[in-house]
Amino acid sequence: MSEFADQLLVLVMLINFLVLGSSRMAIAIRAVAVQGVVLGMLPAIIHSFSWHLVAIVIGMILAKGVFIPWLLFGAMHKVQIKREVEPFIGYVSTLLIGAITTALAFVFAAKLPLAPEHQGLLLVPASIATTITGFLTLTTRRKAISQVIGYLILENGIFIFGLLLTSAMPVMVEAGALLDLLVGIFVMGIVINHISNEFSSIDTSRLTALKE
Amino acid sequence: MITTAGKPADPAFLIITGLALNAFSGVPGLFLKRAAAVGQKLATLLAVAGALCGLAGCFSAIASGETESFLINWSLPFGPCEIAIDPLAALFLLSVFLISGCCAVYANGYWPAAKQPATSRALSFFIGILSASMALLIIARNGVFFLMAWEVMAVSAYFAFTVESGKVEVRKAGMLYLVCTHTGTMALFVMFVLLRNMTGSFLLPPTASLSPFVPGAALVFFAALFGFGMKAGIMPLHIWLPAAHANGPSHVSAMMSGVMLKMGIYGIIRIISLFTPVPAWWGAVVLGLGIFSGVTGIVSAIGQNDIKRLLAYSSIENIGIITMGIGAALIGQSIGNQTLLFLGMGGALLHVLNHSLFKSLLFLGSGAIIHATGTREINRMGGLARRMPRTAPLFLLGAMAICGLPPLNGFVSEFLLYFGFFSGVKESTAPALLGMGLAVTALALIGALALACFVKVYGVAFLGLPRSAEAEDGHESPWQMSAAMGLLALSCLAVGLLPRYAAVLVQPAVFTLFPSLVASGSNISTHVPLDVLGAIGAALIAAAAILAVVYHRRLKSAPQASAATWGCGYLQPSARIQYTSTSFAEMLVRLFRGTVRPRYELPKISGFMPASAGFSSRIPDTVLDAAILPVLRVTGIVFSFFRRLQNGEQNLYVLYIFITLVLLLVWIH
Repeated sequence: MSEFADQLLVLVMLINFLVLGSSRMAIAIRAVAVQGVVLGMLPAIIHSFSWHLVAIVIGMILAKGVFIPWLLFGAMHKVQIKREVEPFIGYVSTLLIGAITTALAFVFAAKLPLAPEHQGLLLVPASIATTITGFLTLTTRRKAISQVIGYLILENGIFIFGLLLTSAMPVMVEAGALLDLLVGIFVMGIVINHISNEFSSIDTSRLTALKE
Repeated sequence: MITTAGKPADPAFLIITGLALNAFSGVPGLFLKRAAAVGQKLATLLAVAGALCGLAGCFSAIASGETESFLINWSLPFGPCEIAIDPLAALFLLSVFLISGCCAVYANGYWPAAKQPATSRALSFFIGILSASMALLIIARNGVFFLMAWEVMAVSAYFAFTVESGKVEVRKAGMLYLVCTHTGTMALFVMFVLLRNMTGSFLLPPTASLSPFVPGAALVFFAALFGFGMKAGIMPLHIWLPAAHANGPSHVSAMMSGVMLKMGIYGIIRIISLFTPVPAWWGAVVLGLGIFSGVTGIVSAIGQNDIKRLLAYSSIENIGIITMGIGAALIGQSIGNQTLLFLGMGGALLHVLNHSLFKSLLFLGSGAIIHATGTREINRMGGLARRMPRTAPLFLLGAMAICGLPPLNGFVSEFLLYFGFFSGVKESTAPALLGMGLAVTALALIGALALACFVKVYGVAFLGLPRSAEAEDGHESPWQMSAAMGLLALSCLAVGLLPRYAAVLVQPAVFTLFPSLVASGSNISTHVPLDVLGAIGAALIAAAAILAVVYHRRLKSAPQASAATWGCGYLQPSARIQYTSTSFAEMLVRLFRGTVRPRYELPKISGFMPASAGFSSRIPDTVLDAAILPVLRVTGIVFSFFRRLQNGEQNLYVLYIFITLVLLLVWIH
């Protein structure tokens, strides 16, 4: 069973690279949606059956796989942007950095003082790699929508780590995390709208006009 | 929450009720957007009720002479939170409650909600918070709790005096104030952390429990002097004070000058009291700062043409006098001169109370003048005594009190200080002789200069002929303003005429600070003939009354002719030939031009029938303009590379977070 989970985690990391390397916004959004669905399935595989678990899985898949991507596509259509990601750093360089950080994540995870039952799993390195990918997307992409994607990936990384901590995650904790994410997306949506109204573009680098 | 429940008439209960009433006084007004006037009336009612409650508590706490302390069952992350009310705290609370009550009444006339609906709500709210936070910090005995109250005080004062934030100079004054207050708070952070290292807890240790000779003690002393001195406005840390006092509404200036500056003094006294007898050089440092602050403050005050800036500089001078008293007391303690100790500290504490009375009175008076004429420029006033028959005598009373003239309160506290200093002059040890000799001379110099300064203010503003159309149209202020000022003037008179009872207010606080004195069996009145002082005051009033009656009789019988005041026999006198504020002060300013550096814009007049020319004079703040701004400019250039960090790129900001995170991880690893 844990082998299958490991394969899914590898898939998650591959999706990370897909996001880092793709130039089309739509692909990035879809990739994050798929990543969300995969992650939503993970608890079902790792933990034993319970109704609570079913609720979490369905909630996760609906939120991350359907609802948020739908919001993002909506935002993309609404603000009429070019469908390109427009990074600060080129795709190849970002991919390279992503590869290096993923490798480093494995090294780092091996050095962490983990509980013995977690030692062999891919969960920790996958989590760190995904978190760093989120940061990379946040720092290297220009558009506000790609920043939302960055936050999503960041949260996915945190979610993977959360799988370690509790065998059956309390509903409240998970609901709280999801709610945070949703609120975050909404806030970003508002920010995007305002940026596009104010500067007739959603290029966050236009925000430099706001500094003192 | 309070673990030891207080009885209803308990002083602490009264004081905390007063504090809470003050804190909430402005809150109902916030919800009465349509009926701002109702909100203001409610705020006044609550604040006055709070003030009465608090005053009752203060008096009974002073009368009992005991310390009440409570441990609040509040899990601060920094240990238990203790509040304590001792006579020293009660003495400072006295001015907090009295002045905040007076200012609340005054606001109804000066800043009526009917005319200023938008700002009056904010003003009542922040003034309430300001006075409550000051009361809270006085009773706080936990360093962190103290700092919280301190910060609330600093910020609420900022919002109160920048209420007219549409004006550029108000915003500039506000910015300067914020920078200064936070620089001071930074020093206080250092001080409380050092204290914690010495005692092991953020709770303030009991009086006289720390040794001033352990490493770090001197650092605590200097940090306290810097942090609290910044708030008190001790030269050269006063730079925020003139602009902030001048640009706020007058009752906020009264609160700030009358009460908030004293929080700095309170802090200094409280921190020094934690130590066992301190070395003489601590006292010498404090005394030296006091002398410098007092003399430079009054010299700068004389040259000012803006009435509120002048009053602000005079506050610096009075803070100097208070600091001198504290320094003298510390010297007295270390050389074992009990009279000096008693009278230095007693005089300083009494002057704290007195200054809060007469300086608030004068600031409220200046508010009445501004209300009447719409200008702060003394050179544009004149002849106001006729137009403001209630304000003029009250202002005169305040001016006499601040000059230390009998039979008013300033005389009593300065007399205590003189008496104390002279007892130090009699000492055989050379440093004490030198220090006290200097202090006596400085105090005499300050007194004389203060007299000149306030003769100028009263003479130019209230006497003579109006110098401008604004002064011509001057009118008396509403009764609320006069009532508040009247109460303060009465208090000034009461302290001046009943010095024995004033000493009773101060006495327990001195005992709290120096517990060893209780055993000596003496008190302030055994060291000074206080009753004689009171008798002199009463005799003076009687003599003045007799003179006035005789003068009136003579006036009635003598022939009368009306002419312009100070017409000097000119055929066609004009109001412009009167002494102005600038010309009155010119000689003294010229004498001290090494320190005050006046700027005169002289007119160029040439030929016959010259075109009209202008003359203007300005006295900039020497410390700010000549020392601090250049230093800051250089610092700004040196550290300009830091500004590149704030480049507005959101992506880079996230990168900063990421880098910090990684560095933290590496550091922990």
